[in-house]
Amino acid sequence: MKLRDIAHSRTGDKGNTSNVSLIAYDPNDYDVLCTYATIDRVKQLFDGIVNGEVTRYELPGIGALNFVMTEALGGGVTRSLAIDAHGKSLSSALLNMDLPDDLRSGSNE
Amino acid sequence: MRTIRLGAGAGYSGDRIEPAVELAEKGKLDYLVFECLAERTIALAQAARLKDPNAGFDPLLEARMKAVLPACRANGVRIVTNMGAANPISAARATTAIAQQLGLRGLKIAAVTGDDVLGDLKNSDRHLDNGFTVDGLGNRIASANAYLGGASIAQALRDGADVVITGRAADPSLFLGPLIHEFDWAMDDWPLLGRGILVGHLLECAGQVTGGYFADPGYKDVKDLARLGFPIGEVREDGDLIVTKVAGSGGRVTAATVKEQLLYEIHDPARYFQPDVVADFSRVQVEEIGEDRVHVIGASGTPKTGELKVSVGYIDSYVGEGQISYAGPGALERGRLAIEIVRERLALSGVETSELRSDLIGSNALHGENLSLGCQPYEVRVRVIGRTETLAQARRIGEEVETLYTNGPAGGGGAWKSAREVVAVASTLIPEADVRTAVQYFEA
Repeated sequence: MKLRDIAHSRTGDKGNTSNVSLIAYDPNDYDVLCTYATIDRVKQLFDGIVNGEVTRYELPGIGALNFVMTEALGGGVTRSLAIDAHGKSLSSALLNMDLPDDLRSGSNE
Repeated sequence: MRTIRLGAGAGYSGDRIEPAVELAEKGKLDYLVFECLAERTIALAQAARLKDPNAGFDPLLEARMKAVLPACRANGVRIVTNMGAANPISAARATTAIAQQLGLRGLKIAAVTGDDVLGDLKNSDRHLDNGFTVDGLGNRIASANAYLGGASIAQALRDGADVVITGRAADPSLFLGPLIHEFDWAMDDWPLLGRGILVGHLLECAGQVTGGYFADPGYKDVKDLARLGFPIGEVREDGDLIVTKVAGSGGRVTAATVKEQLLYEIHDPARYFQPDVVADFSRVQVEEIGEDRVHVIGASGTPKTGELKVSVGYIDSYVGEGQISYAGPGALERGRLAIEIVRERLALSGVETSELRSDLIGSNALHGENLSLGCQPYEVRVRVIGRTETLAQARRIGEEVETLYTNGPAGGGGAWKSAREVVAVASTLIPEADVRTAVQYFEA
């Protein structure tokens, strides 16, 4: 089971900082996001891409997390040599993160 | 309680034009807002203005105005846009000329100026977020523009402008300006201003809140993206917001589309820094109240910082790039060999790069080696890109990829090359009091 089964995501960019949201389809799954989408796991996932800090902001009102990652966009959108200079596709990598399969009963999928 | 209707007619400078016409004709709007100015666009526009004093505004301004002005005039819809880029005055003159051609006599067009602070900043030792100081950039500096708030836009509307054209303004300010004007919001009512910023933030990327940039077949299906409708915000005097779109247009407005846009480009949701307020989105709630109707409440705000962000555009470097494709069995290995050859060739021929990057498109280009481990593609596209001090050196990179045709691994096809100047953007903060805005009026 993947994060993609219970959540959706969008990436935004400002300078060399990327933010990736993670939003539960069903607000009841918000706790699952908090438990499994930890700062450490996100750091590990983006090892080699994100060179700075990862901060996680919690938004229980909309069942969402917001990850803010510094030094994540190859020096900044306007000068990066990366093919995806904005880091727009990072959201898809986050949704590919594994979740324990026995969580499925609690999800909306 | 009074409600006004704001439509978003563009989310970036190259955006589709028909959805804006649809909004002008069928949206029952009070305002149609076009956000068309990306971070570095204004630096490029400034360069265009240096070559021609009447240039430097959005290249699609005339096409957009021609398309929407007749319906806007007929339906009493006022326009707010940052399509002025580096030259709001010339943009206003061009719009006036179009209005005259269309027979729209008496149309009043306002140009907001004052965002261009290059003259004041040029020789200062102010620090930029890229480690340089402004004067350290020397003659490489191309532009410096402060992000303006909503007050000048509100002023122009109060003075009766039908079209308000700005240069650099904070994107949500384009929406906040009309709200300040219509509801006479006090410039120190932080919770209200914060709600106005949320309105702007949700609408400014146009189709991104109505189902654009959202579809993921089987998980998040969206109908009719080829006819995507752009959003309408119904805003009450107390800042209460409903996001919707023209009935029958493509796309969808749901709690999920609104939540994705809510967090787009947000860092700390409790402190979203804007020229007029520090907006707080941390306790926002989103509720579907009908088909394509989403109610958004709970935004607030705290006092503004008194400083404005300034984007500084400068010539950073040159970049050269080459690409070539390999297919079938061994494609990945031949792609890797190609990269090794190009790297060695660049070293042998003395091409100096401060950064050199190689990707295998189809395998590791987007997320690097870790995330793509173990996947075997049928085809790969080699991409070698490097940063150099001169354009001539940049060209050498693409040339060394191209020579793989006759000198490299078997079966390389579709070589392509480019070399370009890189105009980059860095930012700093300046006191709001140092920025002097002005509004000029033109009449068709």
